[in-house]
Amino acid sequence: MPVKILYFAWVREKTGKAEEILDLPANVTTVAELMVWLKGRGPEYAEAFAREDVIRAAVDRNHVKSTATLSGAREIAFFPPVTGG
Amino acid sequence: MAVRVERADFDVGVEVARLTAGRSDIGAIVTFSGTVRGGSGADAITAMTLEHYPGMTEAELARVEAEAAKRWPLQASLIVHRVGTLKPGDNIVLVVTASAHRQAAFAAAEFLMDYLKTRAPFWKKEMRADGQVRWVAARECDGEAARRWEELPPRG
Repeated sequence: MPVKILYFAWVREKTGKAEEILDLPANVTTVAELMVWLKGRGPEYAEAFAREDVIRAAVDRNHVKSTATLSGAREIAFFPPVTGG
Repeated sequence: MAVRVERADFDVGVEVARLTAGRSDIGAIVTFSGTVRGGSGADAITAMTLEHYPGMTEAELARVEAEAAKRWPLQASLIVHRVGTLKPGDNIVLVVTASAHRQAAFAAAEFLMDYLKTRAPFWKKEMRADGQVRWVAARECDGEAARRWEELPPRG
C-alpha cells in the first residue's frame, strides 16, 4: 500500500526532498519503525533522522507520538518541533 | 470562528471591524498581534521565512480554535498567520477573540497563542545579519505555557 511521506523544515533540507510516495514493508507498523526504516535508505536519511527523539510526526494531518500505528495511514509527515506564532 | 494562512499582510483594525460588523452581542474584543523581532548584536536578523504544512496547518488552527470555544463563551474569533519571507517589524500572527465579557476574551486569546505555538505546523528560518541562515529552535517555555492550560479542563 503506497503512502505519501512529507518532510518539512530541516528534515526536508536533509533528506533533499519535500515529499515522496513509498511502499512500506509489512514489518513497518509504527512511526518509530518507519523512522528506523527510512534511516536505512541512504546517508541523507540517516542524517535527517539521526536525532529521532527530536523529530515530530503527523499521520493524516494529526500530531502523533512515535508509538502510533501506521495502519490505514495515507499521509505521514516528519518535521522538527514547531516554531510558529 | 475563522482561520487563515496567507502571505499577505493584515490590518488589525480592518479584521476587528469585519469580525464585529452588525453585532451587538459582543462586549469585549481582545487582539494579539505578533511581529518579527529584529534582534541585536550577534542575534540580529535581516529576514525570516515561515514554512508550513498546507492542509494540516489550517486543520490544526481550527482544532485549537474549537478547543477555545469549548472552554470560553466566545461570540467570535479569528486566527491569521502569515507565511513566506518577512522582515523585522512585519506582522506574523493575529489572534482576535470576542466575548460578552473581557475575562473570556483575554483568557481565550492567551490560550489560542499558547496552543498555536506548540501545535500549529509552522517553522521559522532566520537570515542573520552575519550571513548565516538557521532554523529557529523550539523553546521549552512555550511548551510549559501550553501545558498549564491542561490543569484547567474545558467547561463541562
